[in-house]
Amino acid sequence: MYHTGNMVKELAEKHGRKRESLMPILQEIITKHNYLTDDAMVAVATELDISAAEVYGTASFYTFLDTKERGRNVIRVCKTITCSMKGKNDIISTLEDILKIKVGETTPDKMFTLLETNCIGWCHKAPAMLINDMPYTDLTPETVIDVVKGYMR
Amino acid sequence: MKNKGLTKVDLIFESTDVRKVMKKAFEMTSNEIIEQILESGLKGRGGAGFPTGLKWKYTAAEKEPEKYIVCNADEGEPGTFKDREILDKAAAKVYAGMAIAGKAMGARKGFIYLRGEYRFLLPQLYVELHKFHKLINEIGYDFSIEYRMGSGAYICGEESALFESIEGFRGEPRNKPPYPTVSGLFSKPTSINNVETLVTAMMIIEKGAGEYVKLGTKDSRGSKVFSISGDTPIPGIFELELGMTVQEFVNEFGDGDTKAVQVGGASGFCVPRKKFSETIIGFEGVPTGGSMKLFNSSRSMYNVLHNYLEFFTEESCGQCTPCRVGCQQLYKGIEMVKKGESKSTYLNELVKLADTMKVASKCGLGQSVGNAFRSIVENFREEIIY
Amino acid sequence: MVTLKINEHEIKVAEGTTILDAAKKLSINIPTLCNHQDLCVAGNCRVCVVEQKGARTLVAACAMPVAEGMEINTNSLKVRNARKHIVELLLSEHRADCTKCYKNQNCELQTLANEFSFGEHIFLDLVAGRPYEIDRSSPSFFKDDSKCIRCQRCVRTCSELQHVSAIAVANKGSHQKISSFHDRPMSHVVCTNCGQCVNRCPTGALVEKTYIDQVWDAIYDPEKHVVVQTAPAVRVALGEDLGFDPGVRVTGKMVAALRQLGFDSVLDTDFTADLTIVEEGTELLTRLKKVLVEGDQKVALPMFTSCSPGWIKFIEHKFPHMLPNLSTCKSPQQMFGALAKTFYAEKRGIDPSKVVSVSIMPCTAKKFEADRPEMRSSGYKDIDYVLTTRELAVMIKQAGINFLSLEDEKYDSIMGASTGAAVIFGATGGVMEAALRTAYEIITGRPVPFTNLDIVPVRGMEGVKEATIKIEGTKADWKFLEGAELKVAIAHGLVNANKLVKAVSTGKASYHFIEIMACPGGCLGGGGQPIPTNIEIRKKRMEAIYSEDTHMAIRKSHENPEVVAIYKEFLEEPNGHKSHKLLHTHYVKRESY
Ligand SMILES: Cc1cc2nc3c(=O)[nH]c(=O)nc-3n(C[C@H](O)[C@H](O)[C@H](O)COP(=O)(O)O)c2cc1C
Ligand code: SF4
Ligand code: SF4
Ligand code: SF4
Ligand code: FES
Ligand code: FES
Repeated sequence: MYHTGNMVKELAEKHGRKRESLMPILQEIITKHNYLTDDAMVAVATELDISAAEVYGTASFYTFLDTKERGRNVIRVCKTITCSMKGKNDIISTLEDILKIKVGETTPDKMFTLLETNCIGWCHKAPAMLINDMPYTDLTPETVIDVVKGYMR
Repeated sequence: MKNKGLTKVDLIFESTDVRKVMKKAFEMTSNEIIEQILESGLKGRGGAGFPTGLKWKYTAAEKEPEKYIVCNADEGEPGTFKDREILDKAAAKVYAGMAIAGKAMGARKGFIYLRGEYRFLLPQLYVELHKFHKLINEIGYDFSIEYRMGSGAYICGEESALFESIEGFRGEPRNKPPYPTVSGLFSKPTSINNVETLVTAMMIIEKGAGEYVKLGTKDSRGSKVFSISGDTPIPGIFELELGMTVQEFVNEFGDGDTKAVQVGGASGFCVPRKKFSETIIGFEGVPTGGSMKLFNSSRSMYNVLHNYLEFFTEESCGQCTPCRVGCQQLYKGIEMVKKGESKSTYLNELVKLADTMKVASKCGLGQSVGNAFRSIVENFREEIIY
Repeated sequence: MVTLKINEHEIKVAEGTTILDAAKKLSINIPTLCNHQDLCVAGNCRVCVVEQKGARTLVAACAMPVAEGMEINTNSLKVRNARKHIVELLLSEHRADCTKCYKNQNCELQTLANEFSFGEHIFLDLVAGRPYEIDRSSPSFFKDDSKCIRCQRCVRTCSELQHVSAIAVANKGSHQKISSFHDRPMSHVVCTNCGQCVNRCPTGALVEKTYIDQVWDAIYDPEKHVVVQTAPAVRVALGEDLGFDPGVRVTGKMVAALRQLGFDSVLDTDFTADLTIVEEGTELLTRLKKVLVEGDQKVALPMFTSCSPGWIKFIEHKFPHMLPNLSTCKSPQQMFGALAKTFYAEKRGIDPSKVVSVSIMPCTAKKFEADRPEMRSSGYKDIDYVLTTRELAVMIKQAGINFLSLEDEKYDSIMGASTGAAVIFGATGGVMEAALRTAYEIITGRPVPFTNLDIVPVRGMEGVKEATIKIEGTKADWKFLEGAELKVAIAHGLVNANKLVKAVSTGKASYHFIEIMACPGGCLGGGGQPIPTNIEIRKKRMEAIYSEDTHMAIRKSHENPEVVAIYKEFLEEPNGHKSHKLLHTHYVKRESY
């Protein structure tokens, strides 16, 4: 949970209050907090004078605009064909082992959420994944552990 | 037909004096620029392959004073990653291409729609953008560019869905007509071009259409940046002259055991080994936005198709019936055939369904699901069934 | 003009016409689902695809404008195959239990299925075994996603006509659905219960919450005395569900049918509509006096009408700071309910706990209104059950009544007397017109200065209407209004209400009195009215309403003899103590989502 009212107001000041400001505002909330709480969506709706259902409907269209609770670090492992051919399943099971969660879940300390995603544009260096905005490529079960450890602090 | 063979070129990434090219363009008339692009035969590099010169001409002809240039950097097609590389290595050329397009069409404002997956590039892209705005200021020309970000939705690469997304809505494709050249972003005349198209256009202005037409074939002029992945010893990004056969491509990039090449990503066509020699990569054969995936004989084409169908089932915007439900039916359908719960002849019904999706879906996504479906099912029927 | 050929027939139509409309002119029927005349074009169901010569793909007739020289085939093999596939696909994603479905025989999907897909289905059943949950939380309607075909008519209705957007499209791909804010129950979001979406949903995904069985039970319960009231707009629309063309007045037949159904007393909401006018008119004049004479700054003007419960919930959610501007008068339905279990019961010598009060309404929001905790001023639930016009038609069919051949009958008394002023409540502008007819006469002692009492400027389908009435020749009590210009405005459809309220609340416009109806056209276009609806049908109902008015002997609310009597016998005076207890109410601020 985070404090929404002021933050959303500031974002509306920064990006404007037109409908086209909706995506930049939601994206920045995600950058800061990884997911959209109901409070945040209602606050955005109020600022932009649109309905909350519209905000939710728009957000839920976009894979990265999560409306479910997410950990501080969101791991998205590519599951599309090349990554899938090149060992994505090993990467996933390694991650599930070290984080002790399944795909779709968040660690109890809210540090990590593990998800799958569609092609992220690194097929020549498959398997690949994103942690928040950062891509990691040419993954092996060994390297992925090092990468994730870098986020464990 | 005689083909050109496989030739590597280096145009997109070679260093260029963008100031010089822009100055040259700004001294040309709108018509002169468009004539050059028309003469070059350049077709859009985003996948659909619409002649770029015509698109510019139509947009230029619109009377509306407010127009936009949109650079499509959504690059969501599985297996495509060349636009990221172009932006990473040659952003200045993309910006210059947009400014030149702006000059040609009378637009003062450009937007780049960058997929959310490439957000990590933003800081360096802004550094380049800052330089560009300074440069264009020095030249004394009025054109500015803004970034808009995607957030993980393949369909937002479809032009009208992309406009919806920038305008703050769900990325649901619009009805066409009206076409973007008449009513695009914010309902203004808009020319939307792929990243690579814009750089290529800039190059054409730099070198002259006469030089450019020397590359490629009648239907597929020039060179193209390919994103090569799958079972290949040398995956990566390669700029190749258009007009080679799949065989020539496989000779260069295959691992010696290539059984199929998926040309154009999940929405493209699967070319099986027996058709390698007769199939030209380009608009006369199999068109591609650049995605080339090689599969060797260890791969199950059922898995490939299954993976693609899962992708479309998730990434369809979901608004229109043929695509939303059709994707689910194809996806579940091949599972049932594989499990033996549906007869193998059910595949024929599914092929017919894919044909309906091709003609009845609202946008290019639903319309192209049938490409991979038909070409894989027809060429690898046994692998799907057994 | 553009010339094109459809199925070899040449036709000339205006530029911008769609293929669908051009085909209609040739009497060529193209099936549609997502298309609705009241809404913008969606082009998403694809049922209307047709073949255009030379085109790579089929084109959606509803979304494709005609072009010179176009050649269209609406029935080629390619078209038929595609349409059959599309209907099959919709069915494969649909929990089709037609025989158990409320929309059975009244469902656009079923009709299409009937035409295109029978016998063996081609595709896999995608919903078999898939869990589904019906949202029954709203007192007005059910939302059943397992019957939804994602045509988005409801979403467009809620946003384009109502500016509420309580529901929107959520998720994408196979997960796409119609959702309230984060899937909350419909009872806990900004939904106004207007039922406009219900009226436009082609399937059983959105249907009114029905109380037919409860009403039958009450009718057959010998212990109970069941009174029924009928709203003004019902009589001009009920016929549509029972074999009449739109625009036929069936007042007398409806009364006869209600009596045959077994109601103990068939009464008229018109009576309390007239009462509303007297109460509301008095309230307005009192407010004006307080502001203009006493300089009371606390009294809010303009005053908004309060008879449309959808509108009430809208303002409670969206403009809570404007609640003081709402008239405190209950709606006619609720005034009726409060009086049925007090005045009526007393007069008839019936134990009010034995009175069951049923109302027939063009409206689904009335179901919500009847459930409001404020609506128990008789000491009981003032209105027990609200049925829509459609539900009444169902009951009449269930009872095997041959409606077409019924002889006209008259309402019972007491609380059955009506006036023309009350009847026009059913049309946008009607409350205003009725109020002006009465208020002007109170102030000046003379009828409103319009030919035949027809206050034409407040009539019609314009979204927002305005009028100014100059007050001259006032009576002694009202001298402060001499020469004043009474400024009024009217809006119908919440999208227009929103505009008007915004203009008022930002000071861009100023009025004394504003009538607002939640539904397009007013109650005649209510969410509980027969399906289908469109502007032509609503205009026909409107004509019927005004012709009913013209045919009435009494056309001013304050002259309704039963209204005059009830003040004498029971209420004492307008806005008096008893009125306040029984006929007035208060409002609550609600959440913004
Ligand atoms: C589902 C779908 C996804 C698309 N994705 C992209 C994309 O990521 N990048 C792109 O340039 N074009 C994409 N397109 C094509 C665009 O709609 C459009 O044709 C293109 O941006 C035009 O630019 P061009 O003429 O320069 O190729 C996509 C089309 C469809 C139907
Ligand atoms: S074809 Fe698919 S992606 Fe395109 S509009 Fe239809 S549902 Fe959406
Ligand atoms: S919505 Fe229509 S098709 Fe579906 S079950 Fe009900 S009547 Fe049948
Ligand atoms: S609920 Fe009804 S109107 Fe709304 S999308 Fe579903 S089928 Fe269409
Ligand atoms: S398939 Fe994984 S990055 Fe493209
Ligand atoms: S009626 Fe035309 S697409 Fe739905």
